[in-house]
Amino acid sequence: MTRSATSKLNDMLPAILFGVAVLVVWEAVVRAFHIAPLLLPPPSAIAARFVHSIPTLAGDFWETLVKAVLPGWALGSLAGLLVALLCDRIPFLRRGLLPLGNFMSVLPLVGIAPIMVMWFGTGVAPNIAVIIIMTFFPMLVNATAGLQASGHLDRDLMRSYGASWGQALIKLRLPAAMPFIFNALKINSTLAMIGAIVAEFFGTRIVGMGFRIQTGSGAQALDLVWSEITVAAVTGSLFYALLVLTERHVTFWHPSYRT
Amino acid sequence: MADGSTLKIVTRRESHALPIATICLALLIIWYIAAIPMNSVIAQPRIDAAGGGLWNILNISLNLERPILPAPHQLVLELWNTIFLVAPWSVKSLLFHCWITLSSTLLGFVLGVILGVVLAIGIVHSKLLNKALMPWIIASQTIPILAIAPMIIVVLGAIGLTGLLPKSLISMYLCFFPVTIGMVKGLMSPDVMHRDLMRTYNANASQILWKLRLPASVPFLFTSLKVAIAVALTGAIVGELPTGAQGGLGSRMLVGFNFGQTMHVWSALVAGSILAALLVFLIERAEKIVNHRMGARP
Repeated sequence: MTRSATSKLNDMLPAILFGVAVLVVWEAVVRAFHIAPLLLPPPSAIAARFVHSIPTLAGDFWETLVKAVLPGWALGSLAGLLVALLCDRIPFLRRGLLPLGNFMSVLPLVGIAPIMVMWFGTGVAPNIAVIIIMTFFPMLVNATAGLQASGHLDRDLMRSYGASWGQALIKLRLPAAMPFIFNALKINSTLAMIGAIVAEFFGTRIVGMGFRIQTGSGAQALDLVWSEITVAAVTGSLFYALLVLTERHVTFWHPSYRT
Repeated sequence: MADGSTLKIVTRRESHALPIATICLALLIIWYIAAIPMNSVIAQPRIDAAGGGLWNILNISLNLERPILPAPHQLVLELWNTIFLVAPWSVKSLLFHCWITLSSTLLGFVLGVILGVVLAIGIVHSKLLNKALMPWIIASQTIPILAIAPMIIVVLGAIGLTGLLPKSLISMYLCFFPVTIGMVKGLMSPDVMHRDLMRTYNANASQILWKLRLPASVPFLFTSLKVAIAVALTGAIVGELPTGAQGGLGSRMLVGFNFGQTMHVWSALVAGSILAALLVFLIERAEKIVNHRMGARP
């Protein structure tokens, strides 16, 4: 147990050292060359500002991540999954929607943000709408591929058991699709964050991470902007890690997790 | 590999033309029908003034100057007017804005691909680089770079970098990630037998790289390139949002949004989508040509 812990630490050590080195070099360069804090604040100043403005950061965190990103991410992914199930039931729909979904996934969909703000006004609704639109297609494409991922042999076995479509779905095909679904959930977690923050550039709200980043950049409060970035990066990483852990529990049978 | 094999299952020979056409037609009809209630806030008084009736409802709702949801034919007309009826170097031309966005997309794409490939080659050849860089490369993508685009543009503008380069840097940052991940997979993909063969030839690391690893990574490279060009375009468009009136599809969206010119926002969105489709299509063509040159036969 302790041996595996130390070997894990050994694995992580170069990465930790690299990260620390970047911070040290950053701080040293800013101090040595007297770079104006209007251009690049040193990490120490960012940390000080972070501690100083925790209430603001917490408010923005609540507005953007809890009120927009989470519901948008969940709704968009769920909608994509439901339509993928529908496509699975109706092959004609799948043959038509899948190429369209693949096509839509490469489009700069975040550009829909100004239109959604015009439609849904100033609340949190346009942000959620943008996220739903951005997260729908990756889930649709991945879940559709995943539902086709179970082997022929397994499906034949289900048929020989006389399993109905629903039974085969729950017992075989949905579990087999899980790696794909989690892949989409991971992609969507990044997209949702981007969608929420970009939508806030257009809105007229006076709270939220996107608003703070934009006004902070204009008002030269870059230490606050970097604090928001830290919050976004840390939350994003933690959420991602949570997804990876959940995936491990759900898809423990997958070859990549078997030891 | 799992992704590749499932992709094959999905794209095996099925007729796609009829279902796609049916669904596109259905979407078009839904769009037209939706446009009437969506626009009714603006259209209703004018319909009443014109005396009502089905013809007036259709004619007025679907031909508003600043609609809430423009009808498809309005978009086509707007695209036609701003692409073919205006000189391409004029600010009113959509081509002018497309070109600005495209040039920064392509510059960022080239820079990002070079960075991505160099990082991947380093990671494959050095265990230390792999351990030190890989977690940070993955963590780098948790920073929503698109979201901090305003800051990057402002900061780079303050040190005298304006115009093309700041936007390209955002595209580059988005681009390099899929390329690095794909290329690391690709460079690692030759199997042990082939690597052993190279060793029996007494090939050194650079010979193995050029003669075995790089050729083997080509399919992975093209898959990554398709993702990369799409995100590069998104990056360029979002990078243009805070730059104001300097041009580009993003700034056309922002200006259109600020002045209530819905048609400009919509046409910029459609133009961006066409551009994305075109770029991905070009990479797919290049992939086919390269595969053919490398001896792949269907």
